[in-house]
Amino acid sequence: MKVHVIVMPKRTVLDPQGMVVKNAIKELGFAGVQHVRVGKFLELEFAHQPEKFRLETLCRDLLSNPVIEDFVIQSEADASGSE
Amino acid sequence: MRIAVLQFPGSNCDQDCLRAFREGLGAEADYLWHKNTSLSGFDGIVIPGGFSYGDYLRCGAIARFSPVMKPVIEAAGAGMPVIGICNGFQILCEAGLLPGALLRNRTLHFVCKMSLLRLETEGTPFTARLRKGQILRLPIAHGEGAYYANETILADIEAHDQVIFRYVDAFGKVTDQANPNGSLHNIAGICNEKRNILGMMPHPDRAWDQRIGSVDGISIFRSMLETAVALR
Repeated sequence: MKVHVIVMPKRTVLDPQGMVVKNAIKELGFAGVQHVRVGKFLELEFAHQPEKFRLETLCRDLLSNPVIEDFVIQSEADASGSE
Repeated sequence: MRIAVLQFPGSNCDQDCLRAFREGLGAEADYLWHKNTSLSGFDGIVIPGGFSYGDYLRCGAIARFSPVMKPVIEAAGAGMPVIGICNGFQILCEAGLLPGALLRNRTLHFVCKMSLLRLETEGTPFTARLRKGQILRLPIAHGEGAYYANETILADIEAHDQVIFRYVDAFGKVTDQANPNGSLHNIAGICNEKRNILGMMPHPDRAWDQRIGSVDGISIFRSMLETAVALR
């Protein structure tokens, strides 16, 4: 089963990459863009559904740095559960 | 009396660090591959610069889980002097041994140049040979060197006198122009609260002999060595 993890820089952290991308978008004529932030998208594939607690620990310890980043976990199980 | 220079896959300042201790100070120093699980026989630790694990995921994020980091964390907790330079600083932050993190330079450029630093405090194993307020010339070479910590942590490290070096101009003043990477409060190096762990982006390992442009880095290593001897 697949688990998606989105890692984004915290709002309080300066994101120079996002600022450069925003300027490039403006240059292309998309005048309305106000803010761009660049993060990471990770796709993890497991043989079995991992425990939620262990997955969160993994995200906190390795996949993100809580000092500068926030993460969101999206798993297939969550998606089917909410339908 | 022996200094360990850690080696991770992708470390590239390990030779500079080893030579600084061996040739610059005539000290005993040896490489320690990251798969080692013991620091037995060593009295001080150097985590050199480079691109451990290709800087994949985040700088230092994977190296912090290397087997050698377990005894490093234990020894650091017991008071052994540990210095992390450049990528070594990033590894120490990722390992939670130092507060804060190092972000992409605000210009997005890799900076490689000589920098001027002001020593902000005394009373650490790395500064015994230096005077507070002294200006040091040390080179920097990094893409992710912008020191960041949230307001609470930043206030805390300032209050506990943990900022060791700040980037300054030729007059010794902390200015935005003298800040090469966007570090908060112009921070170039910090220590932990117990003051036995130093992390710094500038390279003392590239400034230990006049032939390579500066000798200002050797005092940091000499201070560390003398403390390690005293602690033995």
